[in-house]
Amino acid sequence: MNDADKIKQLISDCIESTSQLDGPLLPTLHKIQDNLGYIPKESIPIIASAQKRSKAEIKGVISFYHHFKTTAPARVEITICRAEACQSVGSRQLEQQISQDIEQSQLQGKYVDTNISPVFCLGNCACGPNIVVNGQMHGKVSAEKFRTIYQNEIASLVENSK
Amino acid sequence: MNIKVFVPQDSTALSLGADQIARDISRHIDQHNLNVELIRNGSRGLFWLETMIEVSNSNGRVAYGPVSPEDVPSLLASGLLDASPDHALFLGDPELIPYLKNQQRLTFARAGLADPVDIMAYRNKGGFSGVEKALQLTSQQIVDEVKTSGLRGRGGAAFPTGIKWQTVLDATPIDNSKQKYIICNADEGDSGTFADRLLLESDPFTLIEGMCIAGLATEATKGFIYVRSEYQQAQEKLESAIEIATQHGLLGNNILQSGRHFHLEIRRGAGAYICGEETALIESLEGKRGLVRVKPPLPALEGLFQRPTAVNNVLTLAAIPYILSQGARAYAKFGAGKSQGTQPFQLAGNIKQGGLIELAFGITLKQLIDQYGGGSLSGKAIKVLQVGGPLGTYLASDQWDIPLEYEAMSEQGAVLGHGGIVAFDSEVKMIEQATFGMEFCVQESCGKCTPCRIGSQRGKDLLVDISDSQNVQQNIELLEDLCDTMAVGSLCAMGGMTPNPVLSALKIHQHDSLNQASNTHSENGDF
Repeated sequence: MNDADKIKQLISDCIESTSQLDGPLLPTLHKIQDNLGYIPKESIPIIASAQKRSKAEIKGVISFYHHFKTTAPARVEITICRAEACQSVGSRQLEQQISQDIEQSQLQGKYVDTNISPVFCLGNCACGPNIVVNGQMHGKVSAEKFRTIYQNEIASLVENSK
Repeated sequence: MNIKVFVPQDSTALSLGADQIARDISRHIDQHNLNVELIRNGSRGLFWLETMIEVSNSNGRVAYGPVSPEDVPSLLASGLLDASPDHALFLGDPELIPYLKNQQRLTFARAGLADPVDIMAYRNKGGFSGVEKALQLTSQQIVDEVKTSGLRGRGGAAFPTGIKWQTVLDATPIDNSKQKYIICNADEGDSGTFADRLLLESDPFTLIEGMCIAGLATEATKGFIYVRSEYQQAQEKLESAIEIATQHGLLGNNILQSGRHFHLEIRRGAGAYICGEETALIESLEGKRGLVRVKPPLPALEGLFQRPTAVNNVLTLAAIPYILSQGARAYAKFGAGKSQGTQPFQLAGNIKQGGLIELAFGITLKQLIDQYGGGSLSGKAIKVLQVGGPLGTYLASDQWDIPLEYEAMSEQGAVLGHGGIVAFDSEVKMIEQATFGMEFCVQESCGKCTPCRIGSQRGKDLLVDISDSQNVQQNIELLEDLCDTMAVGSLCAMGGMTPNPVLSALKIHQHDSLNQASNTHSENGDF
């Protein structure tokens, strides 16, 4: 089986495993994204025909929710909380510093494909500023602490790819 | 008695390195072949002390905190596992820490005591007694009990829970299917709130028991818990709790051999704030875009799949086991005015001692901040508090005498919402907060109502102009007019309440600008 077929097979499996649920679309989309890191556009017609909805409806649902991605994730995915509790402890400045740091490491040739996106509240509002790096939440993040977290993440990616 | 060491596994502790701490302690136990049991408990919600480690032995239980991974070697060296007081992070008996001792914990009584999915520990601490009581009552009797308790929806709308349940109980599904639903709204999106998360991660059986009782009360045999996608840890705990509860007969067919049924399913949200609104949540559960529905019909009559549905917040449902087991009157003894019972307040933002504080309604904002907050985190003066999430009003210090209860708050043009309080110090730029109020609405509006969808974008533009000092007076008038339109012309609280933070922040900003201007004048000797 080539890669495209494998992906199609996986999409079908995700649809199949959620087919017994009432209102299965969100669980199906979650399952696909959990497995692939995003929802490839090939999945839209397959879901539409299996769940008897129009392709436009499926696309409309995917685009409505911030959580669903339609492109493959970066190797380091960083989400930074932009909500009020984190603002009150300097998340605006932290976000700027993080962006600068990543730009700089890019200039220095130490760049690892990194994406920053905002999130509104992670529910850790007594210990902000909060960020999530590849699924792991970190609280009380300073610019300095971020550098350590980022370097460790890159080091562990390098380690795992060996 | 065995020595037990507790290292919390809730998101806050994990975000501060609790897994590393647990690994290091576990390695030490193995290396020295010690007879010590490591337990991953939930959190007690004293987040300013996380990671808070506890050690119990025959003498009782003591705590240490806030512990960083770097503190572990010195803690172990100074006798952590012997509950030794010889360390700077020693806190003594956690139950005697005033922050915890002075609370009135009914809903959160069990949070942090044990492994959250240890069902025997749950039973030993009074768990199951609510549902056992409910099984001796008729549906109507349960609903009556909830009415007597005075419980109102803790999600923010404060609608009397007993009346909502009565409507569902009396309703007949239009398709004659007999199917009714309970939905637990765990889409806790308000900044400054974490009570739902804490309960899901630290004591999920309380919610499960509450939902089970809700099912018995309304004759709903199926429940959904809609958890926001950001709450990964909460989902995991909830999943295992549901599995264990099912094994122990608290869920499924024939609950505790009663012949009654209740099935529970978790559904993940997908990062849309609006899905915290009950009709948008229902749309989302049905697999659609989270667009707000026009009411009527009420969800209680035609909700999920057009069937009668009770949508309740986590905290509402989690208050139910206490009400059933201890009686409605015991619960209604707490509170003030028409706000009966307790509210888990959440102190967050720029505050030294942030965490969960469950107290009877009626304490003033000032008392809460003075008695629990411990000042700002930065050491500067606390300037404003935003109460009730991103749609809540910013309150300057002259408004902190308001008692925290629904009616008193609304008289002041404020809302209690989900009980979140975010502190800002004197560095805050209120014009930025006003602008953010609109920005948030731009990001999170579902788009159904024009005043909310377009108005928020225009409002943001106006505020950018105001902060650039362009046509200030004229733009403020326009903004106020726009806020009126949003407030009356939007179906739900998203557009309807965005004016709360925007106008209140702007008012404080204008007040500051005036003060600044007069100070500059007096410094220049203009007076």
